[in-house]
Amino acid sequence: MALEAGATQAEAVVIDGHSALTRFANNELHQNVAEADTEVSLRYVDGQRIGVASSNRFDDAALRGLASSARAIARLQPEQDWFRSLPAPTPIHYAEGAWAEATATADPEVRANAAGAVIAAAEGVGAGAFGLVETGSATVSVVNSLGVDASEARSRAQVLTVMMGPGGGSGYAEHTAVDIETLDPSALGREAAQLTTASADPVELPAGTYPVVLDTYATMDIAMWLGLLGFNAQEVEEQQSFYEPGKVVASPLVSLTDDPTDREGTPASFDYEGVAKQRVPLLDAGACARLVHDSKSAARAGTVSTGHALPAPNPWGPMPTNLSMVAGDTPRAELIAGLERGLLVTRFHYTNVVKPKSVMVTGMTKDGLFLVEDGRVTAPVRNLRFTQGYLAALASVDAVSRERRASDGDGYLGTIVVPALRISAFEFTGATADI
Amino acid sequence: MTDVAARALDTAARFGATYADVRVVRRLQQGVDVKAGRVEGTSQSESEGFGVRALVDGAWGFASSGHMDAREADRVAGEAVRIARASGRYTHERVVLSDRPVARGRYETPLEEDPFAVPLDQTVELLLRAERAMAAVPGTTTTSAGYHAFREWKDFAATDGSRTEQVITHVGASLEVSAASDDDLQRRSYPESGGYRAGGYEHIRRLDLPGRAPGLAEEAVALLSAPVLPPGRRTIVLHPSQLYLQIHESCGHPTELDRVFGTEAAYAGTSFLTTDKLAEGFAYGSELVTITADATVAGGLGTFGWDDEGVVAQRVPLVSEGRLTGYLSSRETAPQIGRSSGGAMRADGWNRLPLIRMTNVNLEPREGMSLDDIVADTEDGLLLMSNRSWSIDDLRLNFQFGVELAREIRGGQLGQLYRNATYTGITPRFWGSCDAVADASSWELVGVTNCGKGQPGQAMHVGHGSSGARFRDVEVGVGNR
Repeated sequence: MALEAGATQAEAVVIDGHSALTRFANNELHQNVAEADTEVSLRYVDGQRIGVASSNRFDDAALRGLASSARAIARLQPEQDWFRSLPAPTPIHYAEGAWAEATATADPEVRANAAGAVIAAAEGVGAGAFGLVETGSATVSVVNSLGVDASEARSRAQVLTVMMGPGGGSGYAEHTAVDIETLDPSALGREAAQLTTASADPVELPAGTYPVVLDTYATMDIAMWLGLLGFNAQEVEEQQSFYEPGKVVASPLVSLTDDPTDREGTPASFDYEGVAKQRVPLLDAGACARLVHDSKSAARAGTVSTGHALPAPNPWGPMPTNLSMVAGDTPRAELIAGLERGLLVTRFHYTNVVKPKSVMVTGMTKDGLFLVEDGRVTAPVRNLRFTQGYLAALASVDAVSRERRASDGDGYLGTIVVPALRISAFEFTGATADI
Repeated sequence: MTDVAARALDTAARFGATYADVRVVRRLQQGVDVKAGRVEGTSQSESEGFGVRALVDGAWGFASSGHMDAREADRVAGEAVRIARASGRYTHERVVLSDRPVARGRYETPLEEDPFAVPLDQTVELLLRAERAMAAVPGTTTTSAGYHAFREWKDFAATDGSRTEQVITHVGASLEVSAASDDDLQRRSYPESGGYRAGGYEHIRRLDLPGRAPGLAEEAVALLSAPVLPPGRRTIVLHPSQLYLQIHESCGHPTELDRVFGTEAAYAGTSFLTTDKLAEGFAYGSELVTITADATVAGGLGTFGWDDEGVVAQRVPLVSEGRLTGYLSSRETAPQIGRSSGGAMRADGWNRLPLIRMTNVNLEPREGMSLDDIVADTEDGLLLMSNRSWSIDDLRLNFQFGVELAREIRGGQLGQLYRNATYTGITPRFWGSCDAVADASSWELVGVTNCGKGQPGQAMHVGHGSSGARFRDVEVGVGNR
């Protein structure tokens, strides 16, 4: 319809999805929702003018209206000198393990039973469980007038819980995967319950600089902020990133990749322009490696897209949505055993960037902060606020765990797979208080 | 009432719902983003669907769909009931809803000039003109401008006979400019948080984006060579461009009654303002601090006719002369503290369940001193403007904010510019240190469109009015050692 309306090129992205989420709090289900929708987004190209319109209506009149709106928007704007063409077809090697039938067909009973398993673990230690069980699937299709024709079914399941128990103890566990059958709600419940018990009656420690072991949930936050602020080609062009090719910003033990084929995460084979997703090394043994591109940033930089476009229109630029940090060779237990005096951090809460170029971030510890002395956990510690340059933290990594975990990237960057890290200096700048 | 709504309510009741409501929502959005002299994106999106909330044996179920036909109405209503029954297996406390009058009527955002009737090329030209004026200032590295218009048609119907229609219109436009060195990035923006108001295109014209652009860019460049704010304890004066987010994070969120009861613990967190503190009249701040949740104030993004449970818009005192006096509440939570709903249940579209959300949470102005008078009355302090970063703990006690711009106050005069200014504190101690609130002459209403809450996530449009205030003995310069 766009071509009939006069477009020189056109692209349609259709997402047909169904998702459901069961929430629990205070050991009972309290919100239980489901959603079905199909949305089409049309990119209408008129020479070097581009208009985007989207809708979830699919009748003939609505689709003609969509083409008409996109055309009108395109014709209202000046020519975009950077624009050369929509992407041409690229060979797509469809990733294995992007979709699981068990996730796509999970019903309210499946989710309620999973929540029930977590709740049972909380009740076993006299704690309250709060959290969610989510299942969802979508078929993402991208076609354009140059012959791009990509379609893939993807699914995602997540179990997450926060527990709160006697003595101010709290715990956390979360796992995200393509197949709900690979998630173990009982084990996640036990993990959170153990943290809840262990973190009760915390001692106070003064703010200051401590060596730390960051468990996977905390490491995820570092990877997320690096992904948001560091390796986006558009941000680099705009001088908003620390990135310089070859610049050493982290310990040689740290390597970070955007890996759409990592089956520990949630694989995806192409981006929202229908371009095959490449595996892109971002940090290679501590040194800045490559950037992610969409067709716009690639055109400006004179290179090709790496398959990291977000849905158009996208003023933020390309994003790495399959972050994967390379595992080390140290068992997690030995990370802690190697700490003479320091802190074990379960996760960070409500983090935000203070200084973008050094990726300085502030936030709170949560759901299990522990004092480690002579290689052993000796006491739970009241939560602390930190204000820390994440690049500086990565530069002082002295061990990386063998184990990794896939976590939800806090809603921003898909699923992130990371190990635990031991860091020789981490700055805590404040504590919580009684009122 | 639409056919789909009527069908869904009938089906839900037939399948056993003791109460059900349905929202049929259509959303239309337009956006323009320009950057570095070019149009980054121009778009229009439209979404339509319905959501059914069903109460069965005291447990809730919710289902929604973007497919608007009778068969889908039956399927979705049936799914909502089925989900409610599954929830009931793990529900100990049965839901009891507070009474409200049957809701009937129509509400429409007052506006002078329909933003969707203004040709987009006019807006593109306006944004490019303002953006070029920033880019013309030497030393700037990135300049951008954006415009967004939002309209929602919402029909609400419930099994108790309630029927309301609402048309809500929000518009916003803003500028952003950066100046960067190898190791630092300074940013200035105007107005705060995207410059949103409830209303029409007249708001965009009043912003005077091209007129504000050069000064904004000059400030960004000046910040890059300004000294870093040294750590210490200082008196601070918060301009409304920062104070709005202080109110949002440290008063708005902790007074959400669902947070207080723990139902947001897995995501947004809980609250230090437990209900025992309501009975004791907890000292939230100094006696100068009066904060209200007002869904009736003109121009607010949290202004409407009825909330998404059919409760009429109202003005609820949260903090009165420093004492905790109320909460943001719903029909389900309010009875648990012996009150009726304050009308704060809001959903982000047809596919989301209503949650307790802020409306317009405002710090009321005080007669006596203008904001300029407060600066003149300050012997040694800092004026902090325009939010840059924010973080607060899960109880909403320990916070840290960063601002775009800080100016020293010496002997009542504004002086030295500082970059990378931050401040931190504990909520009731901080508000307890408030010794001046400005009068209405500097009162501003700031719209926030990205207030996140809930799982699946919901981004709500809320408002915050304030005039500026002074706080004593505050830790500043965190992270600047």
